[in-house]
Amino acid sequence: MPDFKSVGKSVNKIDSLSLATGEEKFADDFRLESPLYLALLYSPHAHAKIKNINISKAEKTEGVAGVYYFGNTPQELHTTAGQGFPEPSPYDTRIFDKRVRFVGDRVAMVAADSIEIAREALKRIEVEYEILEPLFDPERAMETEAPKLHSDEAYAPIPVTYDPSKNLAAEVEMQFGDLEKGFEESDFVIEHTYKTQYASHCAIEPHTAVARIDERGRLIIITATQVPFHARRIVSRTLGIPTGKIRVIKPRIGGGFGGKQEVFLEQLVALVTWETKRPSKIVLSRKEVFVNSRTRHPMRVRLKTGVKNDGTITALELDALMNTGAYGSHALTVMSNAGAKVLPLFNKIPNMRFIGRTVYTNFPVGGAYRGYGATQSYFGFCQQIDIIARKTGRDVLEYYKKWTIKEGETSDVFRALGEGKEGVAQVIKSCKLDECIDRGAEAIGWYEKRGKRIRNGDRVKGMGVACCMQGSGIPKIDMGAASMKMNEDGSFNLYVGATDLGTGSDTILAQIAAEVLSVPVEKFIVLSSDTDLTPFDVGAYASSTTYISGQAVRKCAEKIKAQITAVAAEMLDADEDDLYIENGNVICDKTGDSLSFDDICYRALYSENQFQIQAEASHFATESPPPFIAQFAEVEVDTKTGRVEVIQFVSAVDCGQAINPKLAEGQVEGAVVNGISYALWEKYIFNEKGEMTNPNFGDYKIFTAADLPKMKTIIVGSFEESGPFGAKSVGEIAINGPMPAIANAIYDAVGVRMFEAPFTPERVFERMKKADR
Amino acid sequence: MRIEFTINGHPVNMEIDPSARLLDILRENLDLTGTKEGCGEGECGACSVLLDGALVNSCLVPAFQVDSRSVETIEGLRETEIGKALIDAFCESGAIQCGFCSPGFIVASTALLRSNPEPTESEIRAALSGNLCRCTGYTKIIEAVLLASKKIKEKR
Repeated sequence: MPDFKSVGKSVNKIDSLSLATGEEKFADDFRLESPLYLALLYSPHAHAKIKNINISKAEKTEGVAGVYYFGNTPQELHTTAGQGFPEPSPYDTRIFDKRVRFVGDRVAMVAADSIEIAREALKRIEVEYEILEPLFDPERAMETEAPKLHSDEAYAPIPVTYDPSKNLAAEVEMQFGDLEKGFEESDFVIEHTYKTQYASHCAIEPHTAVARIDERGRLIIITATQVPFHARRIVSRTLGIPTGKIRVIKPRIGGGFGGKQEVFLEQLVALVTWETKRPSKIVLSRKEVFVNSRTRHPMRVRLKTGVKNDGTITALELDALMNTGAYGSHALTVMSNAGAKVLPLFNKIPNMRFIGRTVYTNFPVGGAYRGYGATQSYFGFCQQIDIIARKTGRDVLEYYKKWTIKEGETSDVFRALGEGKEGVAQVIKSCKLDECIDRGAEAIGWYEKRGKRIRNGDRVKGMGVACCMQGSGIPKIDMGAASMKMNEDGSFNLYVGATDLGTGSDTILAQIAAEVLSVPVEKFIVLSSDTDLTPFDVGAYASSTTYISGQAVRKCAEKIKAQITAVAAEMLDADEDDLYIENGNVICDKTGDSLSFDDICYRALYSENQFQIQAEASHFATESPPPFIAQFAEVEVDTKTGRVEVIQFVSAVDCGQAINPKLAEGQVEGAVVNGISYALWEKYIFNEKGEMTNPNFGDYKIFTAADLPKMKTIIVGSFEESGPFGAKSVGEIAINGPMPAIANAIYDAVGVRMFEAPFTPERVFERMKKADR
Repeated sequence: MRIEFTINGHPVNMEIDPSARLLDILRENLDLTGTKEGCGEGECGACSVLLDGALVNSCLVPAFQVDSRSVETIEGLRETEIGKALIDAFCESGAIQCGFCSPGFIVASTALLRSNPEPTESEIRAALSGNLCRCTGYTKIIEAVLLASKKIKEKR
């Protein structure tokens, strides 16, 4: 392991103090000069056409500045998915439409002097609907007689399968080997269907956007976004405002988890402010976050595996059906990742088929959510592996070790499955999954407790495991850039397009720069994500920031280092090759002469051959090295009630070189608790009208500090040569394992398989009762 | 209507909308934006403040109810011994990710350490169960409160 000065150190997050004291500003904390408050009217029907809409009473309400609906707003079809361009998501959305497609779809908006007036005016909008038959069953979506959600105006901006006449929002197919032959060669076939449910990201900060016009007539948008540059582009394209007239500022963000990779409020504040020239603001209520923002796509995964008695999998077929709700945000790429981030893990399966279809229904809209399809797919996949290992009499840990991908190996899946196009072939250069398995097993006491069914009254203990991979950015698509300049005291302004949404990326990017320049992290003044000031970055998604934006920062810092060295060589009349940098000084190897960064910067700015020491660099990757994780759950199942308690959870992760181990642990721990909460509790409850009936934290319970199991996170070091100082990603991977690991632990305890989540007491009890019969 | 109360030790006398919540007057009238709104229904704890020393969700408190009472927010607590120790411990333990819920956690932890200077881990978990955090998984927050408690004890 190389000897690092800044990298690998758990320095405090650079904004932690000002966040803890409440001094940092989030989007809703900015003072605006007499802003307009925006409130939205939502459809009470799952599927309807707006026959008539009368806004005149609302418009005449005192204090109302404008009422907006399909009749007076741009009708540009677009996707709200904040992705690269052209987006791999279908263009099926209008800011306001004549047709509504779920209970909670937008009908109209009021801009008023106060939020109370805006809400009051909403009640005065008269809407006459023509009710259409709703589509609630994704399995029925492609049938000829099923109601169609989108007309043929909707289209995919890239050449992919998209067929609104079948409610088909996306289709992904991949095949290699000879599937039929593979199944023939097997001794037995295991086929099961697994279902995951809707979920909300539950970032504690609700979606928020504000806008104002600056002194020179430009539109300034301050927004809680993971994708400021995509937000600028989408606002520009949907409203016809030139990009150069728009500045998007990302302040501190109160968590995102994919939910803020969606551009759906920025257009509203932009529209109102551009038209009225008054500041405007929208803050979603928690109910609106649940219903009207974005969700985790529910997925049905049918897994068929042909297995030999010795455990060899001769064929695997994964047939997935994903429900994207009313609009196809991330419909293709989440589906694709259900294969691309899962199947390469078992790279020795010779015959494989993946077929994924994403369909529309009249339910809330899916979107990006930490784990991004892999979470949904691993739920079934890691249970299937547990079933196979048990059936063939193998210890599941040994089974994972034997069959998972290793360093120096590849998988045909990497090449076959990309994001809206073919994937990128790659060979695994770093994989310490075996060590993750060993260390995790030891930490949780696997061999002492697995299969022992230790009883404690009515409660029985069980132990389960799940091993997963993810990626690090989207190869050949994602790009991040950084620029840097030097100041007289040897400090540096570091400007990154990368979007810190609470993850700590500002900190780890400073650590990377600090490592190159051999100065403390405190020497960096980090400014991230302001489209006027920082260079471009695709934003915070796809586990890309450390690996891609980090490499841009490393390259940029290398250029600065070269400039500093060149000035020092001039000053010392020395050969550049004889100079090295240490602790903010340039030292000559031969003479021992040294110069401080201050001296060098003063010289460059004021004395001779003056210039600004500054640089910029961009980075995109040609591969996406996966991090790996082994996650272990110990549960206690109450056989009288079906209640499942996770009593211990261990994660051992190979994320390459952790740039900041404490922050990496934090990423894992946050993802794990979200994953456990999703596995046991979280679900959307809909009534027969398709309306969500539990859109609040009282009825949609998420884990609190009181609900935690004993947690342990082990960072297993590896070195990824293509990453900055050996780093891979860590942001998403740890949310994948909890659900299958807990399901496997429930089986270990009470011998029932959970094919559907969440594992509520009723559901577990039902399964146990059925098994008894 | 007019109310008088103390905010972080300072007396205020102000005209309020009778329907305003304590959270609204803190953020909008007094510009104390360290108190956040995460759900508006008393479930997330991002708007935690102390009212006469007791932990409350300011989104559930009608503003007129604070008349002649004392309100403490993060802006005041960050200057206190316990508040400072908690803030340092939260930073050091990695208990802060996005930070949106952090002021609320520090307010709730202050209430705990004032009444129970050396809480056990399970007492901390129970005391913080009204505050939601989706980023950290709570482990490091619990560690931070333990660390703050230890540091305060060492100093005394």
